[in-house]
Amino acid sequence: MANILDSKIPSGAIEDKWEKAKFENKLVNPANKRKHSVIVVGTGLAGASAAASLGELGYKVKAFCVHESPRRAHSVAAQGGINAAKNYQNDGDSTYRLFYDTVKGGDFRAREANVYRLAEVSANIIDQMVSQGVPFAREYGGTLANRSFGGAQVSRTFYARGQTGQQLLLGAYSQMMRQVDAGTVELRYRREMLDLVVIDGKARGIIVRNLLTGEIEAHEADAVIIASGGYSNVFFLSTNAMNCAVTAAWKAHKRGAYFANPCYTQIHPTCIPVHGENQSKLTLMSESLRNDGRVWVPKAVGDKRHPNDIPENERDYYLERVYPSFGNLAPRDVASRQAKYACDEGRGVNESGKAVYLDFADSIKRLGEDKISERYGNLFEMYEKITGDNPYKRPMMIYPAPHYTMGGLWVDYNLQSTIPGCFVAGEANFSDHGANRLGASALMQGLADGYFVVPYSIGNYLGGTKLNKVTTNDDAFKAAVDGVKKEISTLVNIKGNRTVDSFHKELGNIMWENCGMGRNAAGLKKALEEIPKVREEFWQNVRIPGDPNYLNVELEKAGRVADFLELGELMCRDALEREESCGGHFREEHQDNGEAKRDDTNFCHVAAWEYTGNMKTSVRHKEELTFENVHLATRSYK
Amino acid sequence: MSGKHINLTLKVWRQKGAKDQGSFVEYQAKNVSEHASFLEMLDAVNEEIVAKGEEPIAFDHDCREGICGTCGFVIDGEAHGKLKATTVCQLHMRNYNDGETLTIEPFRANSFPVIKDLMVDRSAFDRIISSGGYISQNTGNPQDANAILIPKADADEAMSSATCIGCGACVAACKNASAALFTSAKISHMALLPQGAVEKNERALRMVAAMDSEGFGACTTTGACEAACPKEIQLTNISRMNRQFLGAVLTQRPKHKDGGAG
Repeated sequence: MANILDSKIPSGAIEDKWEKAKFENKLVNPANKRKHSVIVVGTGLAGASAAASLGELGYKVKAFCVHESPRRAHSVAAQGGINAAKNYQNDGDSTYRLFYDTVKGGDFRAREANVYRLAEVSANIIDQMVSQGVPFAREYGGTLANRSFGGAQVSRTFYARGQTGQQLLLGAYSQMMRQVDAGTVELRYRREMLDLVVIDGKARGIIVRNLLTGEIEAHEADAVIIASGGYSNVFFLSTNAMNCAVTAAWKAHKRGAYFANPCYTQIHPTCIPVHGENQSKLTLMSESLRNDGRVWVPKAVGDKRHPNDIPENERDYYLERVYPSFGNLAPRDVASRQAKYACDEGRGVNESGKAVYLDFADSIKRLGEDKISERYGNLFEMYEKITGDNPYKRPMMIYPAPHYTMGGLWVDYNLQSTIPGCFVAGEANFSDHGANRLGASALMQGLADGYFVVPYSIGNYLGGTKLNKVTTNDDAFKAAVDGVKKEISTLVNIKGNRTVDSFHKELGNIMWENCGMGRNAAGLKKALEEIPKVREEFWQNVRIPGDPNYLNVELEKAGRVADFLELGELMCRDALEREESCGGHFREEHQDNGEAKRDDTNFCHVAAWEYTGNMKTSVRHKEELTFENVHLATRSYK
Repeated sequence: MSGKHINLTLKVWRQKGAKDQGSFVEYQAKNVSEHASFLEMLDAVNEEIVAKGEEPIAFDHDCREGICGTCGFVIDGEAHGKLKATTVCQLHMRNYNDGETLTIEPFRANSFPVIKDLMVDRSAFDRIISSGGYISQNTGNPQDANAILIPKADADEAMSSATCIGCGACVAACKNASAALFTSAKISHMALLPQGAVEKNERALRMVAAMDSEGFGACTTTGACEAACPKEIQLTNISRMNRQFLGAVLTQRPKHKDGGAG
């Protein structure tokens, strides 16, 4: 049997691979496209853009979202911007430089060919989004404005105030709604994917629960695209929306899709700190703030003075000190770790000691309050609403928080998982960010996958694959429906004593303490003992009131937490096996004076986990990574 | 973090489903931190309800950052509560006093049927969008983005209209349950940009027709929508929509059939 982890990277020079792949892809005759159906799970940037593009091409598309409207998908919350190698600023950007920055930013754990393609199509994304009405920020002369972002020394980030994700999502959503009107896309709201149906080794449909009626539905198709986002909510407290879950991807994993690099979590450096009891989530403050904000803590341990009373020479602008060439724009993993070190030394601010200052006083002096307000006004207002502090008068307090997950379902160059016919797009796959994600690259990947990659892959797959006719009456569908119903009835019949959230918080705490900003073998081993116990108790003692055959929020949450309880264990196992530090995966045993110490001899690979029946027996496979263009080198931002 | 703690009495609208009769049920929210958001306060109340084996209060919410537009209900008669330009998820408890009684009910409008408790069905908004809230641009080969120059003032104004989060507070606040603010925001966003101006007449005709057929009431320009909008979408959008719609009606031309001999 051929290696199942065949990345299918086209041969040839890196610049020519995507052109070559597009030419060699099989095509589906326009008249035959309407005979093929494709399911899209999730309608964020990746899902909505995929559904819109496939609908336009003529395929019959069924799109599913857990939300009451696709416009609510969590892509909507991205604030800062989207990168593209347009070089409009004439400051030295190019496709190659964006590619280079992204490979290096990902700490050499991403696949070169995918990243190059991402950089290549990035310019098309901006053209596409502008043409469909995304009101990006502009200069007075009418051209597009750009700003810079963490991990880059050029200004290549396009933005729409602090609401770039919202505007891009509304763009992709409107394109999808145009196809809904045209009749090529059928939209199903408030549906949660609870299983993937595989027939003859190929993905042929999904099972969903109608969240309003509780009805379990089966849907068949010729291919399935999973674009269900990331899994940071495994930590309970994260910047993700409350309904973000791993469930769709996890069910596909349990049906045979390998799960790659689950331990790669991005901890975002600029979030509003935890305030205490009852907190349900963390709010991110756009990284773009680091363009004009300076990060500091008091030099002295235990200095509890008001920040404005601390004189300049008693402040430690630690990012500028440690990383003079990138300063406050150091990549996210680097900036997050430095914040942690400062707080660990006892120099953290806030009553909890778990916060650092992000100070705009100098920028306000230099540019004026108006300019700062024009750039970040809505973020400042949001900060004030949440904390009750005015950031124009007193520095913001920030602390790192789980944000984005670079791990996800393993996919080849065509974004196909290890299950033929099951494609994975956007944050749900593992492919482009390596061990760390640079700012403004998630939106880019979601749209690249949805608009410019998946439509070609689907054509290639459907044009080159013989598919037998299946219906939802087939045994595989019936068995999957029964399985889902059985799991739901098991959950509601436990009738225990503990709420779903209490389990989620317990798991989240274990994950944050042991598999968060820093990891070590002892902590991970401890977590691997604790998580199965929590899981066991969950299945014996969770309480879900209400009717499963109707809208039941506790049941929805319980299903998601059940999957997080399995994923959490896999994340810890993956983190334990990866005996190196890279990007967001910081193994405390492997460092050089606080900087991550990679081990390219033993770990220059993707770890892809195969589910074999239960968590304990999951098997770790390797896809070796080769770096032919950006040579393996130690990352330095000094 | 420490800070103040308060106790509140909540009168919450409980309704099992669209066809059931609802009623107010009283709950006590005890020892609420001033740093908690309104929804976090409700989470805590729900934890107690679930612990008793009863069904928690259902409310829609998701990002809890004020941007997804999922959350929202009426607190003491005001959509999204008492803070101006704020969604209910961004409303923090420091804005309330110890001992207050709050009345919490869903957005009310015939076109927003109640699903359960505080959750309503706003899918009518999606249908308004699919009737024309887009620019007809296929994927793949648009011209370079900077080939379309847009004056900053126009781009900014389009952006201001585009910030609508589709939460539905405007409808709930309007005595006629009109969706004019929502619909006009989208119409303005598109029409202010050269890319969208091309099909502005057709868009105005279709979106207004869709809005009417969903059963939303007529706009009588009382401005309640603008006052309730968490994103401060302005009434000028409605003026723009009306002007466009009227212009489109007056200049409507019969549609030509496309196609031809091969």
